[in-house]
Amino acid sequence: MIRMSTRHILLGLLAAGPSHGYDLKRRHDERFPQARPLAYGQVYTTLQRLVRDGLAEIEGTDSDGGPERTTYRSTEDGARELAQWAGEIAPPAPFVTNEIFAKVVVSILSGGDPEAYLRAQRAAHMERMRELTAVKTAHGADLATVLSADYALNHLDADLRWMTTTAARLTTLTAEVDTA
Amino acid sequence: MSNKGGTAVPLLAARDLVKAHGRTQALRGASVELHAGEILAVTGASGSGKSTLLHCLTGIVRPDAGSVSYGGERLDQLPEKRLSELRRTEFGVVFQFGQLIPELTALDNVALPLLLAGVRRQEAQATAGEWLERFGVRGQEELRPGEMSGGQAQRVALARALITGPKVVFADEPTGALDSLASEQVMTALVHTARESGTAVLLITHDAQVAAYADREVRLSDGALAPVGVTA
Repeated sequence: MIRMSTRHILLGLLAAGPSHGYDLKRRHDERFPQARPLAYGQVYTTLQRLVRDGLAEIEGTDSDGGPERTTYRSTEDGARELAQWAGEIAPPAPFVTNEIFAKVVVSILSGGDPEAYLRAQRAAHMERMRELTAVKTAHGADLATVLSADYALNHLDADLRWMTTTAARLTTLTAEVDTA
Repeated sequence: MSNKGGTAVPLLAARDLVKAHGRTQALRGASVELHAGEILAVTGASGSGKSTLLHCLTGIVRPDAGSVSYGGERLDQLPEKRLSELRRTEFGVVFQFGQLIPELTALDNVALPLLLAGVRRQEAQATAGEWLERFGVRGQEELRPGEMSGGQAQRVALARALITGPKVVFADEPTGALDSLASEQVMTALVHTARESGTAVLLITHDAQVAAYADREVRLSDGALAPVGVTA
């Protein structure tokens, strides 16, 4: 699975103006709803690396009555790096490494019941699709929520279509793996 | 949420339906229940028997064996006159292509079921206007079907299906000819309106993203139905 690049996402959030770690984490979770939330620790280590590599710098510290906070800003190198990353194509599925696919193959190899597995997986996918559909069609859903739900729904739908085709092919597939 | 899966008597229930077209066995023991206010998706590959099931459930076709009960009546045994009456007053139907009457405006298409039921023209048109508003197609009253986008035409068809206050709407691939955004508008309008009015919807679709608007899904495979996943 390709992971989102935390350093580029933080650079992207810093492009909107200087910010401190806590605020970056909060804005990340807002902009990427349904994404795995960023851990504070990861935000701080990534910021330190950005500074080390000259892509971000410390603007100053403030305490605002609470604990002292360091504010970071992007550098010109950081802006250049961000623009380059954002324009680069993501490799279109260079490897087929999907858990569902692996489980079906393993299930065939080990004499399991891939059809039962596919039925159960399909039900779980549909349940998640119903949740996401409810989230995106709720009154007042914001654009980031709708876009992230669309993204997830389309990928789940692609999985489902693959699972349907696979279920239909299973007899042939089982015969092939058995004789290999 | 409706009383789906509960012990309540279903609004519509088909048991062990068998139906053949010539030598082709379209349904081989299909059973399905639809509860009041529930939105149920019936999915399956093409040729799995979805359309035949719909025809049996609406009484358009009589099954070779099995039963269809609606509100305590055996649909598969009712005389044609009573069936027509049910279809006019209790059922609403929407197809892939809305089957609006091309010569009539959007407003008159929606008003038509009321006019047929003997409602006065002015009143029927006023009510039709309200329904167009609910489906977000206010301002299109004077357009004829050929002048509307596919998504607009489907929303007009939905307004026409719901205007008589049916207890069940049967929607057969209602978004089959639409792109994803138009499909989303049609489904959102259908689901919100059905929930507001407590109308049950039996949604036939091959599209999982459309099925995801429903409360639950049953899947047709080789003419028989299987529930998909009891919610964990």
